[in-house]
Amino acid sequence: MAAAPESGAGTKGLIGWIDRRFPLTVLWRTQVAEYYAPKNFNFWYYFGSLAMLVLVNQLVTGIFLTMNYKPSSAEAFASVEYIMRDVNWGWLIRYLHSTGASAFFIVVYLHMFRSLLYGSHRKPRELLWIFGCLLFLGLMAEGFLGYVLPWGNMSYWGAQVIVSLFGSLPVIGGGLVDWIRGDYVIADATLNRFFALHVAAVPLALVFLMIAHLMALHEVGSNNPDGIEIKNHKDPQGIPLDGIPFHPYYTVKDLMGVMFFLLLFCAVIFFAPAFGGLFLEAPNFEPANPLQTPPHIAPVWYFTPFYAMLRAVPSFAGTQVWGVLVMGASVMILFFVPWLDRSPVASIRYRGPIYKFMLGMFVLAFITLGVCGLRPPSGIYPLLAKICTVLYFAFFLLMPWYTRFDRVKPVPERVT
Amino acid sequence: MLKRVLLIAIAVLPALALTALPAAAQEGEIALLHAGTDIRDVQSLQRGARNFMNYCSGCHSLTYLRYNRMAADLHLPDKELAGLMLTSDNAFDGINSSMPPADAAQWFGKQPPDLSLTARNRGVDYIYSFLKGFYVDSTRIWGVNNLYLPSAAMPDVLADRQGLQKPVFRNESDPNGGAHMVLVGVEPMSAGALSPQEYDVLVRDIANFLDYASEPVKAKRESLGVFVMLYLLVGFVLTYLLKKEYWKDVH
Repeated sequence: MAAAPESGAGTKGLIGWIDRRFPLTVLWRTQVAEYYAPKNFNFWYYFGSLAMLVLVNQLVTGIFLTMNYKPSSAEAFASVEYIMRDVNWGWLIRYLHSTGASAFFIVVYLHMFRSLLYGSHRKPRELLWIFGCLLFLGLMAEGFLGYVLPWGNMSYWGAQVIVSLFGSLPVIGGGLVDWIRGDYVIADATLNRFFALHVAAVPLALVFLMIAHLMALHEVGSNNPDGIEIKNHKDPQGIPLDGIPFHPYYTVKDLMGVMFFLLLFCAVIFFAPAFGGLFLEAPNFEPANPLQTPPHIAPVWYFTPFYAMLRAVPSFAGTQVWGVLVMGASVMILFFVPWLDRSPVASIRYRGPIYKFMLGMFVLAFITLGVCGLRPPSGIYPLLAKICTVLYFAFFLLMPWYTRFDRVKPVPERVT
Repeated sequence: MLKRVLLIAIAVLPALALTALPAAAQEGEIALLHAGTDIRDVQSLQRGARNFMNYCSGCHSLTYLRYNRMAADLHLPDKELAGLMLTSDNAFDGINSSMPPADAAQWFGKQPPDLSLTARNRGVDYIYSFLKGFYVDSTRIWGVNNLYLPSAAMPDVLADRQGLQKPVFRNESDPNGGAHMVLVGVEPMSAGALSPQEYDVLVRDIANFLDYASEPVKAKRESLGVFVMLYLLVGFVLTYLLKKEYWKDVH
């Protein structure tokens, strides 16, 4: 027999030993040191690496929280206070986790907005976008499940409201709700299964999806603020002329982004962990009480745009199911964006005034919906929510037309 | 990039402003008084702890606050702590109330709530206002009602300190021509053992102590936060310089 085949990396020593058994050096080169990213990334391109940072933060702090948290309706609330008061640095771990949940959504919303700015969802990145949408769905599930665990009164009633939404589905509704809760009310059984899903099932799915998201990204290469393919112009060695190695250029740049993010993140943790009742809601400092609803039930801020759309739809033909369907559709419609966008150009830099207007209106509608969802449905808010729901869907459903007829500017050959 | 950041700020600020509208300013509710407490004022916390044990712990517990934690945070000497331990012999215990829960429920209609987290749940201003909001109301079982918690089940425990207060009503006309009276405030009816200024201090100390009890680590968290910020600021400057150095050759 000949000697063991040489690894493609041609390395020696311990690394060589590993490389002949596992593609360590090859992975490092293809995925990091010789992964060529466009050199013109701007502010909006920090949020991908930040989302990964926050995911790791949630996983690590989550592991430490489970060491002292008790997933039972009798002990959950007290065990959180035990973590806050008696566990060494428990308060810091808990605030890192609770603030991390809100930070995750902020970072992910900005990350998704970046895609709408520069057309990162377009061919050949449709699957990358779909993995991203699945990650967003998983994140929403994770956020909802986690919010129930402290077993405060808002946890309890929030779960009650959201789970009972499934009850409005025809035929299967009632049975489905009982199946989700494992009881006829939100109870100990519900808390136990939500804990299992929150700490095992959903995080596992999130990690696998994140790996798929990154693999798809590295297969097709990153988009950039000009929305043009850097792979179209390569030097004789096959390296994109407008590309720079991810390491060290973007590792040091993202490190700077991480430091700036941590400044804001830690400012919240150390000086305003409840963030004025938005990140930790005041009624949740009272244990779950099935006999007393909080004065006003609202979901955490990151769900309020979708909650506002749910409430904006009136009941029709004797059922509330339409609001539930609209809320579901508002998330599902994201999956279709790569095929709704018919513009000849990708980046907002070369798109016309109609797209700019529609995107601006969409952002405003989304934020307004968020505010409406936080407020009781009285005064101006129901009307505002109805208008913004229409605008939200108009942005997506009219996209095939306005993107096609919009004026576009000539796109440069190389990045600017 | 700066333009983009400004754009985000412009888009997000009105939303924040809208959400920041105080929740208490809903119609029909009386605005809370400002407590003006400071959890770094250890002497106020010590007085508050004494006041709490004397006036409140008969009925209310602070389950999540242990005696020894309180003694350590408030710099209470052992002898002083022993004097405050009215409901337990063990300093590791949480502060329970002296009243058996079953009796409490029978005497007051409901068990007096645990106050460990009231400052985070309802706010320190609410506690301060509530303790200044009792007024004489002969229709209530204890002869008093509260401006900030209508139909309160709690008797006016501090009446001999503050003196009694009477309600102030204002006549309001209905849209359909009738008139009705609206409760708008309270005013002193009889003098108590303390002057109004002394009573304010008493109540403010209790509110301050309950704010501390709701999150014992708060003062430490904030002082530690300053160092964390400085550390990250230095880290940011260093990583900025590092990035600048590496990116010199990118054109």
